[in-house]
Amino acid sequence: MDKYELRAIALSGGLLAVFFFAVLYNSYSRNLDMPTCLPFEKTFEKSEVNKIDDNLYEVYIVAHMWAFDPEEIEIPAGSTVDFYLTAKDVVHGFHINEKGVNMMAVPGTINKITTRFDSPGVYRFVCNEFCGQGHQNMMGKIIVR
Amino acid sequence: MTISKSLKTTILIGLAMPMSLFILGAYNGVMQTLYRAGVLQRAATAGINYYQGLTMHGVINAIVLTTFFAVMFGHFTIVHYLQREPPRWSYIGSLVLMVTGATIDLVVMVLGKASALYTFYAPLKASAFFYIGTAMLIIGSWIAFAGWLKPWREWKREHPDEKMPIAILGTFVNFTMWFMSSIPVIYELLVLLTPWAMGTTDTVHVPLTRTLFWMFGHPLVYFWILPAYVGYYTILPKIAGGKLYSGNAARMAFLLFLVLSTPVGVHHQLSEGAISGGVKLWVSVLTFAVSIPSFMTAFTVGASLEYAGRRRGARGLLQWMKKLPWLRADNYLFGYFICGLILFIFGGLSGIVNGSYTLNQLVHNTGWVPGHFHMTVAGPSILFILGLTLYMFHEVSGKPLHMKLTITIIPYLWMIGVAMLSHGLMAGGLMGEPRRTNLGMSYTNPDSPMFNSHWVPSTTLTMVGGIVMGTAALLYFICFFRMLFSKPVAAARVSLPESEELHEEKDIPLLLTMKPWVVICLVLVATTYVPTIKNVFKYGKPVKNQYQMENPVNIIQDEK
Repeated sequence: MDKYELRAIALSGGLLAVFFFAVLYNSYSRNLDMPTCLPFEKTFEKSEVNKIDDNLYEVYIVAHMWAFDPEEIEIPAGSTVDFYLTAKDVVHGFHINEKGVNMMAVPGTINKITTRFDSPGVYRFVCNEFCGQGHQNMMGKIIVR
Repeated sequence: MTISKSLKTTILIGLAMPMSLFILGAYNGVMQTLYRAGVLQRAATAGINYYQGLTMHGVINAIVLTTFFAVMFGHFTIVHYLQREPPRWSYIGSLVLMVTGATIDLVVMVLGKASALYTFYAPLKASAFFYIGTAMLIIGSWIAFAGWLKPWREWKREHPDEKMPIAILGTFVNFTMWFMSSIPVIYELLVLLTPWAMGTTDTVHVPLTRTLFWMFGHPLVYFWILPAYVGYYTILPKIAGGKLYSGNAARMAFLLFLVLSTPVGVHHQLSEGAISGGVKLWVSVLTFAVSIPSFMTAFTVGASLEYAGRRRGARGLLQWMKKLPWLRADNYLFGYFICGLILFIFGGLSGIVNGSYTLNQLVHNTGWVPGHFHMTVAGPSILFILGLTLYMFHEVSGKPLHMKLTITIIPYLWMIGVAMLSHGLMAGGLMGEPRRTNLGMSYTNPDSPMFNSHWVPSTTLTMVGGIVMGTAALLYFICFFRMLFSKPVAAARVSLPESEELHEEKDIPLLLTMKPWVVICLVLVATTYVPTIKNVFKYGKPVKNQYQMENPVNIIQDEK
């Protein structure tokens, strides 16, 4: 094969290797998680906010047409939150833009991610998967004090 | 060469029908940008609901138009390069199935019975007719492919020492990949969803249907783009006034697509719960690998264009770009190629972001994603479709092309529109703007408590881009239908500009056969999908859910 062609392939391979290293570094060294797998249980279809200790919370979110349960969550600044997510009816999404939390709520499955809220403020979570006529009204808030 | 009357009619119907539907598809695209910008703050306009329009936009533009075009371009390429026609049963059978399927889809979408978007995610229910219509469209394209094997075998027998022409290799790679990857979606449509929508089964395994869809849904995007790649390698160097830089590189790029297109679909499911992190990381690696043939294409096509510029007298490092035949009415096709390529640089790079494991969470289901794919499917794919539809229709019908200047300007205008639309969508996406959402009714309506002022500038830019694209599309429809309604002035014929290769290269035996590559592909598919399907059954459970878009009441439990 042509030598410039081979160099171009090597260069693109190198670039992708750099990208991949960046992905691995951020995922493992800086502990950015992918959503975690858990086997589905009916109990997750009940929404709850559990305070484990002063700055550790478990939030069970149930998405349904066209609202989240709970719709408003209040936590103190510095809290670490485990979000457990499922959907009761159709597929929904759950996106907190400021925290890079972005999960699908798929009926018959559980999705889980952990995140920490350091600065006080109002964090909106938005449904970002089409779920019917009222999809654009599906939003909730996390109030960090 | 000249062609039979029945193949002529097939190609003309196969080009004109999806192009007529594209009017509806493009209209609904422009309308969405108005809703999203908050200019329209309502659920429906002229009887078409936002989400119904979005379904039409996706199904018509991304499945109907692209599949019809790939088949018609395939017929055209086969006839031109192999100098013989596929058997009559194949192209007529394929056209009948595809037209019937597309018509069924159109009717149920217009009636509002299939507003579940083009991804038709269960448990939102579309009419069973929609699932059957879509399956017919896909199976129709398989039949066309089956028909091409006969002229290929005959040609091979007569030319035992010649290599498979690159255009034929590209077409066969595309349809082999398409056939393998559409088996899972046919299973999903006909075995899982149709009985469920008709009420014979009452459970649906949602993550399984999603996995089967994306096993098809990502190869689908290569199915959209590979006809354009065939054009970039075999037509563009010629019309730019140069030669193809390396034939071996072109072959290798196509074969890499054959291997890597099908196993990467899981990267659409990176933020789902039922699939483990290990599979997701593996799929990210494969996704990076599948960008290699695109990088190669960028180099090979770039080098071919540089050669063309230098042949036209360019000196120095960059003058070759200026010397290319920009905006020339006697060479209108060049604009449809080059504008697509320019957009694709950004389309490809933004795609790498989507496939990057944890980085995906920053952009998943935000406006970034449609921003990305409008620079691919609404960039090189659609511009190639628009350009070649004009060219092929003109050749096959013998009807004259009027308004050459307008035809020449359209791709540039379209490119400017896409650049603005995609920039708006991607910028908004990074600020959390969700895709597939009627923003005008809440987030971009200043009177709503959900109003988000950050999304106003980005959606406004998107709207301006959408209107520019709409204008280009309108001009295109005028040109296309003016030709369609003219009287023929020449005999029907099939011919394509054919690029020569720049230098004689030594044959590499591995690049002259598809079989080992298909085997590698199947191995990779197994390494990805065996664990994925196992995961899906381990972590997910089927549910007794079925919903209409308008109503949050479960249809299945209601009946009991």
